[in-house]
Amino acid sequence: MLVNVERRAQGSRTMAYMSPVLAMVLTLFTGALLFWIQEQNPLQGLYTFFILPVADLYGLSELGVKAAPILLCAAGLAVCFRANVWNIGAEGQLLMGALFGSWVALQFLESTSGWAMPLVLLSGALGGMCWAAIPAILKNHFNTNEILTTIMLNYVALNLLLFGVHGPLKDPDGFNFPESALFSEATTLPVLIEGYRLHLGALLALLAVVAVWVVLSRTFIGFQIRVLGMDSSAAHYAGFREKKLVLLVLLFCGAMAGLAGVSEVTGPIGQLVPTVSPGYGYSAIIVAFLGRLHPVGIVLASLLMALVYMGSEMGQIQMGLPLALGGLFQGVLLFYLLACDFLIMYRIRWQGFASNVATNEA
Amino acid sequence: MTRLSPARLLNGAATLLLSAAVSTAAFAADPLKIGFVYVGPVGDAGWTFEHDAGRKEMEEALAGKVETSYVESVSEGADSQRVIRQLAQQGHDLIFTTSFGYMNPTLKVARAFPKTSFMHATGYKRSKNVGTYSARFYEGRYLTGVIAGQMTKTNTIGYVAAFPIPEVVQGINAFTLGLHSVNPQAKVKVIWINSWYDPAKEREAAEALIAQGADIINQHTDSPAPVQAAQEKGVYAFGYDSDMTAFGPDAHLTGSVVHWGGFYTQTARAVMDGSWKADDTWGGMAVDMVKMAPYNKAIPQTVIDQVEAIKAKIIDGSFHPFQGPIKDQQGELKVADGTTMSDGEILSFNWYVEGVQGELPK
Repeated sequence: MLVNVERRAQGSRTMAYMSPVLAMVLTLFTGALLFWIQEQNPLQGLYTFFILPVADLYGLSELGVKAAPILLCAAGLAVCFRANVWNIGAEGQLLMGALFGSWVALQFLESTSGWAMPLVLLSGALGGMCWAAIPAILKNHFNTNEILTTIMLNYVALNLLLFGVHGPLKDPDGFNFPESALFSEATTLPVLIEGYRLHLGALLALLAVVAVWVVLSRTFIGFQIRVLGMDSSAAHYAGFREKKLVLLVLLFCGAMAGLAGVSEVTGPIGQLVPTVSPGYGYSAIIVAFLGRLHPVGIVLASLLMALVYMGSEMGQIQMGLPLALGGLFQGVLLFYLLACDFLIMYRIRWQGFASNVATNEA
Repeated sequence: MTRLSPARLLNGAATLLLSAAVSTAAFAADPLKIGFVYVGPVGDAGWTFEHDAGRKEMEEALAGKVETSYVESVSEGADSQRVIRQLAQQGHDLIFTTSFGYMNPTLKVARAFPKTSFMHATGYKRSKNVGTYSARFYEGRYLTGVIAGQMTKTNTIGYVAAFPIPEVVQGINAFTLGLHSVNPQAKVKVIWINSWYDPAKEREAAEALIAQGADIINQHTDSPAPVQAAQEKGVYAFGYDSDMTAFGPDAHLTGSVVHWGGFYTQTARAVMDGSWKADDTWGGMAVDMVKMAPYNKAIPQTVIDQVEAIKAKIIDGSFHPFQGPIKDQQGELKVADGTTMSDGEILSFNWYVEGVQGELPK
């Protein structure tokens, strides 16, 4: 054998950080190859896909608009995943946030009160929390599998949202079209730069990430969450209250996802529509892992994910590239990431042509 | 396939620089840049497919004078506004947004790009540079009703419908009126799937209707899945949007087919010669915007003759599908004999005519 694969005694820290970088580089190369197969200039393809969408202030602000909901959900999910609570339900929690928030916003159609907006945001977060509390209670009291309950609740949430937008929340002057009335000025999320769509939600998302960082690395509760995730029996022996922690992480994630939902409807959309989310809650799962459940990583990963979406739009507009290319990029990136992660626990050793020489370097 | 060579790469880089340099300067001789925003994939074989066919027809008719690009599968949520804006920003002079959910995003972008002409399909809000357009599908639907009334044996017709908005209710009513004009015993059962394009749900709904005794399936959704289901179960079906014969050669009787090419060409010409106005176009068979798909051999010639005769009357204006007497589900006379519903009334349909079963979701 010229090449030997051996298990590392300990996971490589370097590779844990390098693996996403390596995956990205490999994705770029594969992307260039894909453009070439499409008979497009690879350089121009990569430029259109990854640089042109953010070449001006408008593009950059839109990157923030697109990344904000993904980032909020991913911040919440990272806390859950750190505690080994497999919450797949950020999508449903986001939709419930949008639904609750919209319901409250629609009560303020005539209002100009400064309290309306905070109240709407709060109710959105509350909506997400209520939805996340269900799997938490089911898990704590009936030992249900949260992967299944959270996934199923996503569909329930979507149907509740559809019921709302086709029923009680429908615009009475909207010819029965499934849309709510446009929200009033008082319940529209303030934008950060005049004339652009980048809204307060993006700032909230960054704040959430900082909060996650501080709580996880600097507080006792964060320590408990991490211990629970690494070894639940150790947490149990240490006297940590597992059920309380499960409820806590799910409620936190629900609040974040709910905030993402309400920020979407009161921000860039401006009304409740059936298509609030094109799957932000699911993208956030990918982002959380791509970012190594680490706050900085999550920020970078959410921006990358947003960029791929925008690049796919730009590729269609500028070069007539197929829509599927965007999905391909995402898939290729994940594939390489999983493949490169292999190098965290394993190493590949080049043994040269003189085979069967045992090496025992540490 | 082209080969990747350093020269080709360099050439690409040079093109990039060059295009960046000249993109700001527009020349009078430049072709008119036209952008399309699609809600589904261009291969959906229905709604988006027909819009794309219209785009191609226009490109051919105005070869050299226009340049088109499109973005497909654009979510009606926060994404659509960015895509529409990117198209405007990239110098498109005329932008067609081809789904109802793009109404408010189109209006918002149009405000920021007063020199760009926008055309929004199936909406009801217009502004200085946003016009609207739609097709009088109901004319074709009435004719399919006349055929269905004479082809059904169980006197039960299944109708797979998207959203309970006036446009769809209008189609159900027109179909039922045509059906009752030849067969007053026949009933129409409706299943709402709350989606324009969801082949799995469309198929499920069609199968459920067939299980309930329907021997003809009609649809107001975008994929050919209901036609395919009908073909498999050995019942008849009407397609929609495009000629769906290929998806069920035995099942497909005919269908109300839309033809956008002529309208798109006309609109592009109007923008080029400066005569374009932001108004509403609602075209039917008289202007060739709505057509009938080829008739199935199973339809007796007498029925085809009858349908063609009514079609001629619709075209010359001597017959209107929504002319009285029309009764609602409770048997109450809603449109008196000798009167015809106005366009406004047809566009805000929120009640079923006699013969439709079930309650209209409100």
